[in-house]
Amino acid sequence: MSQRVVIDPITRIEGHLRVEIDVNENNVIGDALSSGTMIRGLEQILVGRDPRDAWAYVQRICGVCTTVHALASLRAVEDALDIRIPKNASLIRDIMNLTQYVHDHVVHFYHLHALDWVDVVSALSADPNETSQIAQSISSWPNSSPGYFRDVQNRLKSFVESGQLGIFSNAYWGHPAYKLPSAVNLLAVTHYLEALEWQKDIVKIHTIFGGKNPHPHYVVGGVASAIDINSDNAINTEKLNQVERLINKAIQVVEQMYIPDLMAIASFYKDWTYGKGIGNYMTFGDFAAPGKDIRDTDSYLFPSGVILNGDLSTVHEVSLTDPEHIQEFVDFTWLKYSDDKPGVGKHPWAGETTFDYTGPKSYKELDMTRPYTWNKAPRWKGHAVEVGPLARILVGYAKGVKEVKEVTDWAAGTLDVPLTALMSTLGRTAARGLETKLLVNRLKDTFNALVANIKAGDTVTFDKTKFDPSTWHRAGKTLQGVGWTEAPRGGLAHYIVIEDQKIKNYQAVVPSTWNASPRDLNGARGAYEAALIGTPMADPHQPLEVIRTIHSFDPCLACAVHLVDKEKREITQVNVIR
Amino acid sequence: MKETFYEYVQKRGISRKDFLKFCTAITAMMGLDASLTPKVVEALETKERIPVIYKHFQECTGCSESFIRTAHPVVADLILDMISLDYHDTLMAAAGHQAREAAHMTKEKYKGGYILACEGSIPLADGGIHSMVDGKTQLELFREYEKDCMAIIAYGSCAAFGNVQAAHPNPTQATPIYKLTNKPVINVPGCPPIAEVMAGVITHILTFGIPELDIRKRPKVFYRHRIHDNCQRRPFFDAGMFVESFDDEGAKLGWCLYKMGCKGPVTYNSCANMKWNEGTCWPVESGNPCLGCSEDNFWDFGPMFTTLAQVPGTNIIYNPDKVGAAVVGAAAAGVAVHAAATVVVEKMKKDKDTTTSVADQQNKGVSK
Ligand code: SF4
Ligand code: SF4
Repeated sequence: MSQRVVIDPITRIEGHLRVEIDVNENNVIGDALSSGTMIRGLEQILVGRDPRDAWAYVQRICGVCTTVHALASLRAVEDALDIRIPKNASLIRDIMNLTQYVHDHVVHFYHLHALDWVDVVSALSADPNETSQIAQSISSWPNSSPGYFRDVQNRLKSFVESGQLGIFSNAYWGHPAYKLPSAVNLLAVTHYLEALEWQKDIVKIHTIFGGKNPHPHYVVGGVASAIDINSDNAINTEKLNQVERLINKAIQVVEQMYIPDLMAIASFYKDWTYGKGIGNYMTFGDFAAPGKDIRDTDSYLFPSGVILNGDLSTVHEVSLTDPEHIQEFVDFTWLKYSDDKPGVGKHPWAGETTFDYTGPKSYKELDMTRPYTWNKAPRWKGHAVEVGPLARILVGYAKGVKEVKEVTDWAAGTLDVPLTALMSTLGRTAARGLETKLLVNRLKDTFNALVANIKAGDTVTFDKTKFDPSTWHRAGKTLQGVGWTEAPRGGLAHYIVIEDQKIKNYQAVVPSTWNASPRDLNGARGAYEAALIGTPMADPHQPLEVIRTIHSFDPCLACAVHLVDKEKREITQVNVIR
Repeated sequence: MKETFYEYVQKRGISRKDFLKFCTAITAMMGLDASLTPKVVEALETKERIPVIYKHFQECTGCSESFIRTAHPVVADLILDMISLDYHDTLMAAAGHQAREAAHMTKEKYKGGYILACEGSIPLADGGIHSMVDGKTQLELFREYEKDCMAIIAYGSCAAFGNVQAAHPNPTQATPIYKLTNKPVINVPGCPPIAEVMAGVITHILTFGIPELDIRKRPKVFYRHRIHDNCQRRPFFDAGMFVESFDDEGAKLGWCLYKMGCKGPVTYNSCANMKWNEGTCWPVESGNPCLGCSEDNFWDFGPMFTTLAQVPGTNIIYNPDKVGAAVVGAAAAGVAVHAAATVVVEKMKKDKDTTTSVADQQNKGVSK
């Protein structure tokens, strides 16, 4: 007899996610369901608005990845209007995007994921001398004296003794799935606090170029912050120096704190091999060589492609515009299509998202055989796929990108595991670290390219030729565009249709929609669900193993579930690249 | 007797001198006169850590992200030492029923003594099924915790005013917190609010109790001034010198962004004086027009990059192109604008707390 265990809310994620698992008599997960339980309706709100404003609305899809939806939106609008942004704008947007990655991944590792592997209470009994020795043996990070760790431990002790445990209360401390020695636990808790301090620093790069973080500002056609090295009111050397200092610090944090901690913790959990999931991986690609246009797909650090069944020998091509490639299904979703044909999907340009809530007003358990989520089920050529850091590393590896191969081989060698071991919960977490290592260096390269470009006399940041809507007229034609990026959580694509200078239709297909997908009529499950199946649990009512795997995806549910578009809209003309 | 904040920091080995330094710093941060420092000291010496239950409703977690960026006080101090953050979806270690239990225990133990912080609006359409946790609607969950709390902080424009999901046509009937309760609500708008403002409101409650609010329930200490009145580009507005296109000569020299759609003249927020991310910069300084994100319904103000047609707080509609002409032509136009602006300021001074109706006035002119 299997029993149902419900975990709602899943905490330490963005948005509202519910997971239900069926556990058999041996406490192994036999089936799983993931349900996105919130919807806001942003796409309907966008209809009729000025396309130049879309970035600001869709940026509010997510306040964690705070900048990627804005970027995808700008690219979609600029695609539809055929705007090529100046080189400096490209560089500055990339710097902001890379800053986002580094910030987001470090925060994910320490603040959203580490407590699944690190026992805070065990850190209380650690020997600070031992922690210090370990710290110094794995890294040259400066804060590593025994006294330093003792101070942190004392602080932790007085915190625990106060009896008010705050964010640490009622968790899984002492759970048998925790494997770290107490000295390593203390190291990790210490860096939890250090990373908490540092993360508020690196985002200042957004503040300098975009005025604030979270939710920095953007503009269609380039960037709004002007460059003038002789002005006190523009991007000048003082501002550039600030940015450079923040980047150098970020490199130090990633290379001397994040990566050593990741490898140290992973080395104690090598036998935790669960969470492989679907084994199909997809990327849309991003990060053209510094200063190159997003359309220059050949120069991407992370190329696009699909890997099926873990087979790295073949990378399939993915097209965002081919209606056969990407389709969204709603058979297990609280949404409906007007033609109401079971098992028939729609490409985002023909997409519809009409509310059709068929669940109960309040519920104890959801029925896996009926609609159970607000999340759509996107498929690539009918296949459920996983997106995110692991997909980027695997596709990059399979396509032979030198930097990706090097860092991946280094990690597999250091941990002494085969490459295939990466296709797991732990591998997903490791892949996130590896790409951060690559991206923090790309951040520096991109900054250097910006300085060199300014030095060469180019200070242009904005192209105004098509900013005025009266320049968009193409008699009787509907303008249509797609903008994509590899967001921290995976491939992201925004689709826009513009008519009479207004938004006629807007659809966003976001990373967490792929990963948090419900099943389809062929019985294929989304990545979260598939990854949970087969995991043994020490105690099903202390679901530490479940949140380990779910957190390894870095869920973003407000992203996944944001749509609604009550009418079907006709799309008359296609005008896109690729 | 429960432990006070001071006893707590003492145990952590923090000296009296450092404690006093800390008190001075937060007094300054809250915009209070230095002579009030002893009051802060006294409050922290005698008050225990306040439990906070922080609930996420219809939101994007941007406010929580902002919250953890606070520099004064240092974020770890705030989360670990100043308050007891007993429930927070994005940060807490426990999940599922263990997480819910943690909140429940606080509620039972501190009846009438905890702060309920809310991020996000509450959807009311179709009985609230658009956002549920644990099989319950957000309204049901809000009711559970609202009843016994001491006060409610509505963090962010979503909780305070409904924000983006409440923009026309508001498909889920997203509703702000203050419309759903009779409890004291402190609105802390902004999309998101500035980190130090979020921390500052908590510190204020901790030291002095609930801050003085304006008619929109915003703490006066942080929302008293228009962006426009503290803006460093303001002299250029008064002189009629405007950026005409991002990246033009005026943009490089830091002229006024009014013609690029700046909503500074109708926005009450601390951006221009406190700036963002430890005083690094703020949107207008960086060259980006203010979007008005702390104002009710700002998403429906009209196209963002289009000039406001009306001088806020007055019935004078003036043509910004004429003002622009002043740059090359008659200086008199600049003087006229200056005069108009002065009238605005005078009016603002007179009815500080009713100025929020300016935003409403502005909204009426919005086409959708
Ligand atoms: S107010 Fe803004 S930042 Fe805060 S939750 Fe709402 S959309 Fe996100
Ligand atoms: S309109 Fe905007 S940029 Fe100009 S002075 Fe006012 S707040 Fe500053």
